[in-house]
Amino acid sequence: MIVDNFINLYHGFYIAGDPFNILLMVIGILLGVIIGVLPGLGGANGVAILLPLTFSMSPTSAIILLTCIYWGALFGGAITSVLFNIPGEPWSVATTFDGHPMARSGRAGEALTAAFTSSFVGAFFAIVMITLIAPLVAQFALQFGPAEKFAVYFLAFASFVGMSKEPPAKTIVSMMIGFALAAVGLDMVTGQLRLTFGVTELLNGFDFLIAVIGLFGIGEILLTMEEGLEFRGKAAKIDPKVVWKTWKTLPKYWATSLRSCIIGCWMGITPAGATPASFMAYGIAKRVSKNGKNFGNGEIEGVVAPETAAHAAGTAAMLPMLALGVPGSPTAAVLLGGLLIWGLQPGPMLFVEQAEFVWGLIASMYLGNVVGLILVLTTVPLFASILRIPFSIIAPVILVICAIGAYTVNNNVFDVLMMMVFGVLGYLLKKTNYPLAPLVLAIVLGDSAEEAFRQSLLGSGGSLAVFWSNPLVSTIMALGLIAGLWPLIAMGFSKLRGNTTQPA
Amino acid sequence: MKHLHALGLGAVTALGMTALSMLPAAAAWEPTKPVEFIVPAGTGGGADQMARTLQGIIAKHDLMSTQLVVINKSGGAGGEGFLDVKSNKGNPHKIVISLSNLFTTPLATGIPFNWKDLTPVAMLALDEFVLWVNAQEPYKTAQEYEAAIKAAPDNTFKMGGTGSKQEDQIITVAIQKALGKKLTYIPYKGGGEVAVQLVGGHINSSVNNPIEAVSQWRGDKVRPLCVFDSKPLPYTDKIQGDLSWSSVPTCKSAGLDVEYLMLRGVFMPPGVTDEQVAYFVELFKKVRETPEWKQLMKDGAFNQTFMAGDEFKAWLDQAETTHKGLMQEAGFIAGN
Repeated sequence: MIVDNFINLYHGFYIAGDPFNILLMVIGILLGVIIGVLPGLGGANGVAILLPLTFSMSPTSAIILLTCIYWGALFGGAITSVLFNIPGEPWSVATTFDGHPMARSGRAGEALTAAFTSSFVGAFFAIVMITLIAPLVAQFALQFGPAEKFAVYFLAFASFVGMSKEPPAKTIVSMMIGFALAAVGLDMVTGQLRLTFGVTELLNGFDFLIAVIGLFGIGEILLTMEEGLEFRGKAAKIDPKVVWKTWKTLPKYWATSLRSCIIGCWMGITPAGATPASFMAYGIAKRVSKNGKNFGNGEIEGVVAPETAAHAAGTAAMLPMLALGVPGSPTAAVLLGGLLIWGLQPGPMLFVEQAEFVWGLIASMYLGNVVGLILVLTTVPLFASILRIPFSIIAPVILVICAIGAYTVNNNVFDVLMMMVFGVLGYLLKKTNYPLAPLVLAIVLGDSAEEAFRQSLLGSGGSLAVFWSNPLVSTIMALGLIAGLWPLIAMGFSKLRGNTTQPA
Repeated sequence: MKHLHALGLGAVTALGMTALSMLPAAAAWEPTKPVEFIVPAGTGGGADQMARTLQGIIAKHDLMSTQLVVINKSGGAGGEGFLDVKSNKGNPHKIVISLSNLFTTPLATGIPFNWKDLTPVAMLALDEFVLWVNAQEPYKTAQEYEAAIKAAPDNTFKMGGTGSKQEDQIITVAIQKALGKKLTYIPYKGGGEVAVQLVGGHINSSVNNPIEAVSQWRGDKVRPLCVFDSKPLPYTDKIQGDLSWSSVPTCKSAGLDVEYLMLRGVFMPPGVTDEQVAYFVELFKKVRETPEWKQLMKDGAFNQTFMAGDEFKAWLDQAETTHKGLMQEAGFIAGN
């Protein structure tokens, strides 16, 4: 079976290695990076806009171009997270925690190199996994019903409460604001509108991107303005050798990388996706690492962990799309639409009937990521030098880009106003030391978590026992409980040891 | 021959000149800027797939002088998209594709719009619904499955579907009424997700559209029991073993008297001129002739009824009454 896969893959490389396809990869990655840098545009929109252009190509070339835009956007998202504290995609949020402080202390080049390299490592690990055990993995994804999905979301939320640097009470308050915002709009389970107060603009609820652009981007600018328009920290010294220097330090974090790869693949295959993966990997790394206490102040390991996990998850999510026809992300949903237009039916038979297409695509993932890594690494010094521009010039530019980004999400001026409101909210929360990340996490996942919870209860006739009904769901729930109560457990341990050691 | 041709051309030119001078300028209305194609549903669903296919066909065959741009406005079960079109009175550069939420959304949520607020253009096709079970289940026919539901207590069997108080749940309510037993209805976000939940054994059955479940059927993961139409599907291409869409019996013939078809139609904002509507009717007639459209119809086992004008309006009137009745019976009307 595995030998067959290698023969198929070899043939796939032959297809993907065609000069025209390589050219498409380069174009796709470059377009993707630009799309990723502009917040709001995002991978899904980028792919949707360019989809019609690909109808005249062969399906393999078309999907290579589109997936490379996707890889490019993933790489590009890290750039704004690190430089301006504006995550372009949900899974880049965790990257800002340590990436942006690094940029502030003049280590933007290092942070970007670490982010790109980790992305590559995560994606590569996931592709190898797809190559080796694709059919098994698809089978595993089928085990996930509503109860199992809820358990995964529960684990993501609980690990956040338990791992947070801030007092758990503040984390929970912030998370609850997020849940309330996520509840606005149509309630999928009853088909009723909630919290819209008859306002048409609220029918769609609060888009995650609007919230994030406001909370992080605008909030950050407001804070900086208060401090006198000075960009805090030294201007980055531009050193073309920064890539090599960073690479020398990265192997030290192999354990974090490996752990994040596994978390990422697991979350990508289960339909939970890249966002919980990045948060979980960050939270666990913070607990386990020797430098855990320094997380949040610019620790390179805090960039490595979420980026690796997010990209492992993003790549692994392609597998359920191909093998089951279930898109793991909005971008995957648009790609799925493309597959159907090219006459390819994703599903269990795709690997059998369209082997050439599937293995061409998998081979292009290998090549696309290598091409992407080379392209983005060469631009690190260029992007890092943006920080040398005085803040009084860069701030209005960021504001304009944010506003355009917020408008692009739904072509709606109301969203630009919402972005401003979120900006003020972000500023106030930061001033009062409430963490923003749990709020964002709850906006992104709150809806899906609630849905999964209620679907489970509908199926079980209201019995909570459904969350302990089989080994898979029980294990995940137990992990969630341990993660959520970790501070208490850790305190208990240190008491038992007679306070000889400080709690980690 | 050459001579004749030249003569013909001359005659046509002459005729054309006369015709041009006689006709009012508005007769040949054409879009002058990109046309927005609103999808009142999320990316990746049936309506979105159809809209994007249309966009692709129109671009590939150069059927329109300007671009067609697909925009998803899915908020409030599609209410956002319909309200947007309703408020763009007289704007001929905006069209919207509809699904059953054209009728169900205003009834279930109270969002203020009705299909009569829009200008109907054409019915492109009707989407079929099929009763599916997991291929591992012992039920080979609809009769066997019905018997199992009837034999078990209420709420033993779980039916998964797309959304709440929309087409899938309406069909489920109709099935319950026909069988005299309750099913547990579990709503999911999209049809693809429902199909996978069925394959994973998390629900017992679904009423997926053909295109949503066909790949799982090809892989022998799910089994179609019957189709909710008055006659069997005409498509005879083999899909799983010796079976094709045409081998699926109608539900009525299997003792389950439920029929439901979903509209895939196109509408424009209110207050547009007849010429502008005529332009889009012609456009979609041309689209229907392309091989890509025919392939989509075959892949999704669509019912290829095409309607425009008064015929279409009469159909809409009828469909609205049917939906109102079904939803009233099920207690799905907002404020009740």
